[in-house]
Amino acid sequence: MKERKLRLKVAKKKSYKRFTRSTAANIIFVSLLLLAGLFMVLPLIYSIVTSFKPLDELLAFPPKFFVTRPTMHNYTVLPSLLDNLQVPFSRYAFNSLFISVAITVGHILIAGMAAFTLSNCKHKFISTVFWGVQVALLFNGYTLGIPQYIIFSKLGIIDTYWVYILPALQSTTGVFLMKQYMDVSVPKALMEAALLDGAGYYRIFWNLVMPLVKPAWLTLALFAFRDAWAIQPSGTIFSESLKTLPVAMNQIAASGIARSGSVMAATVLLMIPPIAVYLVSQSNVMETMSSAGMKD
Amino acid sequence: MKAQVDAQGRLRNKKRVSFAQDALRAPFVVMLLPFLILFLVFTIIPIGASVVLSFFDYDVVNTPSFIGLDNYLRMFINDYEFPIAVANTLKFSVVTGPISFALAFMLAWMINEFGPKTRSVLSFLFYSPALVGNGYFIWQIMFSGDSYGYINSLLLSMGLVTDPIQWFRDPNYAFGIVMIVQLWMSMGISFLANIAGLNNVDESLYEAGAIDGVRNRWAELWYITVPSMKSILLFSAVMQVQATFSISSIATTLTGFPSVNHSTETILTHITDVGTVRFDMGYASALSVFLFAMMMIVRLGIGRLLVSKD
Repeated sequence: MKERKLRLKVAKKKSYKRFTRSTAANIIFVSLLLLAGLFMVLPLIYSIVTSFKPLDELLAFPPKFFVTRPTMHNYTVLPSLLDNLQVPFSRYAFNSLFISVAITVGHILIAGMAAFTLSNCKHKFISTVFWGVQVALLFNGYTLGIPQYIIFSKLGIIDTYWVYILPALQSTTGVFLMKQYMDVSVPKALMEAALLDGAGYYRIFWNLVMPLVKPAWLTLALFAFRDAWAIQPSGTIFSESLKTLPVAMNQIAASGIARSGSVMAATVLLMIPPIAVYLVSQSNVMETMSSAGMKD
Repeated sequence: MKAQVDAQGRLRNKKRVSFAQDALRAPFVVMLLPFLILFLVFTIIPIGASVVLSFFDYDVVNTPSFIGLDNYLRMFINDYEFPIAVANTLKFSVVTGPISFALAFMLAWMINEFGPKTRSVLSFLFYSPALVGNGYFIWQIMFSGDSYGYINSLLLSMGLVTDPIQWFRDPNYAFGIVMIVQLWMSMGISFLANIAGLNNVDESLYEAGAIDGVRNRWAELWYITVPSMKSILLFSAVMQVQATFSISSIATTLTGFPSVNHSTETILTHITDVGTVRFDMGYASALSVFLFAMMMIVRLGIGRLLVSKD
């Protein structure tokens, strides 16, 4: 049934496209896409390819883009390179993993609850909060950096895990996307029926709304995880034992060209988790983003 | 009493429990509270505090002392780095902002021509630089300043240059490269929103358009697609403004801090310098207020622009 519907849709598409699509423009478009695509993908391919190059190929002149004798050496040498760091590699990995998971889970919960209220309560105060959220979409941790730093120091959370986690939990993008998606995907009638059946607001949120907005929280998971995984503290963390994987990678990167293979290997390894999360959540992300529109 | 049909198709009375409430019920407040507290503490109060502190001399340790407009006077009169930072910020945002906004839309639009399978592969490929959070390391190695950097050794071997170019140290190049890297990473959340939004435009509008005489895709884009995408485009624009004005993290990683001759110094790197290096929080706050005002003006301008297209 679904397949038939899909095929019908494609057939329909063709009917109007016959009038509006010229072959010449199609060719231009495909070549433009190819060009832009190469620009986007080549650096990533270069990093993957380079991570498999043996030392003599890394230093070869003239340089070759592709690797002729691939080796795992850059990967196998990573643990010993990282052994020279002040704290064991596993500590950086633990920090990154712990922070990312804490932020992702916490953010989904907090944003989900807030979105539930923003989507359903029409009180003036709540509308004002949502207006504030929309304005605050403009700002992020970078632009708010210094004012936030003052708050961090007043709260005494500098050089603790909190300084990573707390500001990330209040990402307005997440709340906004979640609220917009709830508006269109949770039928009010369904919640009213649940209310009539005697379910409380908390139960309606947890057992009815959250399962219905799974695409939205998978999307939030992707964005939150991606940002958290790339976190590099600037001036807020001093203890080496509290730093994250990207910082450790920076330290390898600082050690010269002979290590460029290893830097690429480390980069490639760091790419894998966010890409994996994206591939898992892709279709849900698309569904959520379609309701991301905002009114001025 | 008038009967009506609900979402499940059941007939029922108009008198019913309404879920969309005007009342500020306790569960609503409780569920909003965790976010609201964090939002106040880490967004609203910082913005408010920087407005207040911009009138003070403050070094985090001692009590702030009121100095009136001194910080603002210093900004416009005495700070030789400030005009450079503003000019660079404007250059970055005027160039990369609109380009990345337009690119995120046009690429999504072209990708939308393909079937579902191709579309998801292409969106993944274009989104991947933004997805890989620390991807700009790759550019650092590609543009490495010695003769082993990929770009340098390529140019050397082709005989186009005789000496390796210090890409990130040479003000002539540093700025351009940072812009390229920023563009490379800019197919982020707004790109995804565009793809999803384009896919959701009502097909029947296109059919109606074709019947009514829309004969090329540009007319279709202008008269059907863009008007149906307005709210997504506004969201996308806001996200690009956010990204463009926080460009400093990329600039700092690539070109060092401070950059040679302030070639990639933006208001934001200047704020970081004043705040975390010199601990002059009062002045850093005044600079932040200036940055916020700039962003708000851009944001309002974009809203005006998209609305006026009605």
